[in-house]
Amino acid sequence: MSHVKARALTPQTAETDAIRFLVGTQSLKYDNQIHIIDFDDENNIISKNVLLHQVGEIWHISASPADRGVLATCYNNTSDSKVLTCAAVWRMPKELEPGSHESPDDSSSTAHTLELLCHLDNTAHGSMACVAWEPTGDGKKVISLADNHILLWDLQESSSQAVLASSASLEGKGQLKFTSGRWSPHHNCTQVATANDTAVRGWDTRSMSQIYCIENAHGQLVRDLDFNPNKQYYLASCGDDCKVKFWDTRNVTEPVKTLEEHSHWVWSVRYNHSHDQLVLTGSSDSRVILSNMVSISSEPFGHLVDDDDLSDQEERRPEEKSQEPPQDSVIATYEEHEDSVYAVDWSSADPWLFASLSYDGRLVINRVPRALKYHILL
Amino acid sequence: MAAAAAGPGPGSGPGDSPEGPEAEAPERRRKAHGMLKLYYGLSEGEAAGRPAGPDPLDPTDLNGAHFDPEVYLDKVCLRGVRVGGPGPGYIALPHHPSDFVAGLRRECPLAQLMDSETDMVRQIRALDSDMQTLVYENYNKFISATDTIRKMKNDFRKMEDEMDRLATNMAVITDFSARISATLQDRHERITKLAGVHALLRKLQFLFELPSRLTKCVELGAYGQAVRYQGRARAVLQQYQHLPSFRAIQDDCQVITARLAQQLRQRFREGGSGAPEQAECVELLLALGEPAEELCEEFLAHARGRLEEELRSLEAELGPSPPAPDVLEFTDRGGSGFVGGLCQVAAAYQELFAAQGPAGAERLAAFARELGGRYFALVERRLAQEQGGGDNSLLVRALDRFHRRLRAPGALLAAAGLAEAATEIVERVARERLGHHLQGLRAAFLGCLTDVRQALAAPRLAGKEGPGLAELLANVASSILSHIKASLAAVHLFTAKEVSFSNKPYFRGEFCSQGVREGLIVGFIRSMCQTAQSFCDSPGEKGGATPPALLLLLSRLCLDYETATISYVLTLTDEQFLVQDQSPVTPVSTLCAEARETARRLLTHYVKVQGLVISQMLRKSVETRDWLSTLEPRNVRAVMKRVVEDTTAIDVQVGLLYEEGVRKAQSSDSSKRTFSVYSSSRQQGRYAPSYTPSAPMDTNLLSNIQKLFSERIDVFSPVEFNKVSVLTGIIKISLKTLLECVRLRTFGRFGLQQVQVDCHFLQLYLWRFVADEELVHLLLDEVVASAALRCPDPVPMEPSVVEVICERG
Repeated sequence: MSHVKARALTPQTAETDAIRFLVGTQSLKYDNQIHIIDFDDENNIISKNVLLHQVGEIWHISASPADRGVLATCYNNTSDSKVLTCAAVWRMPKELEPGSHESPDDSSSTAHTLELLCHLDNTAHGSMACVAWEPTGDGKKVISLADNHILLWDLQESSSQAVLASSASLEGKGQLKFTSGRWSPHHNCTQVATANDTAVRGWDTRSMSQIYCIENAHGQLVRDLDFNPNKQYYLASCGDDCKVKFWDTRNVTEPVKTLEEHSHWVWSVRYNHSHDQLVLTGSSDSRVILSNMVSISSEPFGHLVDDDDLSDQEERRPEEKSQEPPQDSVIATYEEHEDSVYAVDWSSADPWLFASLSYDGRLVINRVPRALKYHILL
Repeated sequence: MAAAAAGPGPGSGPGDSPEGPEAEAPERRRKAHGMLKLYYGLSEGEAAGRPAGPDPLDPTDLNGAHFDPEVYLDKVCLRGVRVGGPGPGYIALPHHPSDFVAGLRRECPLAQLMDSETDMVRQIRALDSDMQTLVYENYNKFISATDTIRKMKNDFRKMEDEMDRLATNMAVITDFSARISATLQDRHERITKLAGVHALLRKLQFLFELPSRLTKCVELGAYGQAVRYQGRARAVLQQYQHLPSFRAIQDDCQVITARLAQQLRQRFREGGSGAPEQAECVELLLALGEPAEELCEEFLAHARGRLEEELRSLEAELGPSPPAPDVLEFTDRGGSGFVGGLCQVAAAYQELFAAQGPAGAERLAAFARELGGRYFALVERRLAQEQGGGDNSLLVRALDRFHRRLRAPGALLAAAGLAEAATEIVERVARERLGHHLQGLRAAFLGCLTDVRQALAAPRLAGKEGPGLAELLANVASSILSHIKASLAAVHLFTAKEVSFSNKPYFRGEFCSQGVREGLIVGFIRSMCQTAQSFCDSPGEKGGATPPALLLLLSRLCLDYETATISYVLTLTDEQFLVQDQSPVTPVSTLCAEARETARRLLTHYVKVQGLVISQMLRKSVETRDWLSTLEPRNVRAVMKRVVEDTTAIDVQVGLLYEEGVRKAQSSDSSKRTFSVYSSSRQQGRYAPSYTPSAPMDTNLLSNIQKLFSERIDVFSPVEFNKVSVLTGIIKISLKTLLECVRLRTFGRFGLQQVQVDCHFLQLYLWRFVADEELVHLLLDEVVASAALRCPDPVPMEPSVVEVICERG
């Protein structure tokens, strides 16, 4: 897929056994596709299946957390003089769902088509920037960001119909436009964070009202957000000022921590789903950086737990005692990409594995270094 | 010489007398003497069996020389020695002339032999006659000497007789004298006794008159005299008090003495008469045997009263209501009033109560400590009022007086530790002054910055050129430097030679190294760097609270500090304050590294800020336009012209402060060539993708290959200290922004063409600013390529048309 441009990447969220990523292509001239990338960890083999996505180039993709076969895309609908980004919920063909392992070689040659479940009708609201699923629900609730509106949808009748449950919009001078949004897994899934221009805002989905607002979170445009999966008030953001900032939403005046490792805009930031000290960032300087943010992690320093069960780790203890509390550090910088990296994400099945996607269509799957993995686990 | 000649003279007969040849030339005399010696030596040698004979070094063997002084014969003689061997050859010469002659015969031709023979005969004759004259002369002398001795013998005999007579006479005289003393002894004793009685009587008379004298003295106020009398009589009266008459006298005396003591005490208590008189009173009282302890107390109590008076007057001067006199006057007054008084008291005390021993000294020390402490407190209060002031010289002079005055009591009362306390106060004040100066320097620096800000803001309002950046920089640099120098000069007063405390270890060591060098100079430079750096992380990143020109100026300032000013200032400091302290100081290199780092950060920040300004312009222009329905391009968009204008302005601005820097070498006529490369590459599809939709694969492949060979472009990379590097950084940031923004949009055919025109325009004007124009190509090519990809209907414009549009402006 080297000749196709691509920006959209997501792990198949509902899949917990196989390592699988979905990539959406961007092409104005050809039919666009969704590539299902399977990674066989044991044999180190990558295989892919292709689904046709004929309605337009894909700007954003997200997979349902409840149903492996369901996903949502934001795509460009280009008519002669207008571009409108729409969003829709799709179901992949049954045979491509995991479990039904037919030979992948055949399927790559014969492209399957996605089954449209429903459109998220945005004719009244403008271009869709992204779609976010309720993280732990039954896959019935979806948030979408359209220009300056935040829309909450109810998917009914096995997702065949999307009903606008409630919405809110951002008012202010100038053209306000959401760039990105994430649904918090905490607080019973009632909070959503959005980014527009340099500000980060939190919303309550029940009342659709703003809870907090980090004005000037970044010096320039905020590109992406992510919630710490284990600490309910912690939030990471990244943007055009080349920085990654970590926030405690209870104190929005100062970031808890700032990273400045990239040399151009940071387009994507992701917490590891299980070990939140691992933070992944992708940037248009073509680099992917894996950082170890120990100081603001939910996991305590120096494995305090070990002090309690002395059973078989007795001989290990003196070493650990002598160790300094670990510092925040960059674990690795991955330079395999040759174009801007617009998306990075962790695998939903293997917490030590992540993928990054650059504009030239290259997808790179990497592992957390083994030494660090053991250090965290033991 | 005379002894040597006279010694053997009498022994060897009258034939050899040393007398005679006074009239002769000294040379001749010498020769004659040599001969004489030869004569005796030979006879001696013969007599002793020639013991010295074999020794060639023996002085008597200088035969050759005396045999004949002529050189010629010298030579012969030496030959003889060589032929005949050492020793015997020498000795044999005069005694065995045959050997010698044989030697001659062997060596010389006949004629020469004949010559030498005649010569020798002549010499022998001359020697014979010489010998004769010598014998005659010396004979005469010897005869006259013998006569003289004989006469002397007669004279001595006469003298002996006379001496005998003298001895007899003396014996008679002694005899007489003894008899006379025996006769007078008796009377002498009596006279002595009478004299004793007389003295005793006079003493008695003194005793009897004593009461009346004392009374008179007391009446006249001659207390000293009275005490002296009393002292003289006391012992005697004590001794003889069992005699009634003396008893009466003693009683009288005691009464008078008591009165005297009373009066003295009275005078002492009245006290107004000043310290010396008081001291006199105390001295007299002590002499009268009053208890010293009590007097001590009383003395000190009086002194305290007076000194407290001084302190009160000093304190009154401190008071808020009257205008405080200047600090010099204050310390002067304190020095002469209080310290002088304390000195007098201490001196008098020590003189009077020296007998008191350590306890007394301790009492005085405690006294001085307490009052001194109060004095110091007052002085410190006064000095504290001085802290804000700017004039060091007055303060230093005041401190000098203060310190100098306290040296005297310090020496007198080492135990009270006054000098140490004074030194401590001086040190404390010096430290505070250093802090004050550091604050002053910081304030001056901030003031400079404010001035620069105003100067930078002003010309835009006026609409014409204000002072140039270079000029502003020079102003700031010189103003800071002059402030530093002024501070150094002010602080230097503390270490001037004539100041009494400058030789204290603190002022020689720590003050110079830790205080001035580290605290003041290094501290200031550090704080300057910090202030400058704080502009880099100002929170108002977006608003750009700091004008970029200020960043640029500060960066250059720091760089100048790194290259020259820091080492200059530190050298200056080290020279002025000859630092003898061994404590570690910050090396110049560390400080320079800090300054350089600051300069680098400032410049990088400048690049970011300026890059951001241009980026925002480009971003807005891409984001807000409807690229799908745009019309066919006729012009370069205004924003691009603006970008070029701004870049040019930045170029000029940076050029004012930074050197040009190195460009990647380009062949001649760059402008033309760049242009042609850019357009031709487009046509050939060598570097940039071609826009024919038929070959998308090739395009991508080519661009990927191209990327493989080109280096990764670090957009926000650190910059170097030159103009080209700065502008390269700014342009990189701007073009990368353009690229990313283009990728987010969808273009119609004319939209693409517009991007093409814009990029070509930028290409035309931006290459000249950057270090490596390939970089501009690469980025702009990528922009156009991305735009082409984002276009559903990519039909590129003819390069010639693009050129025409761009040239039209």
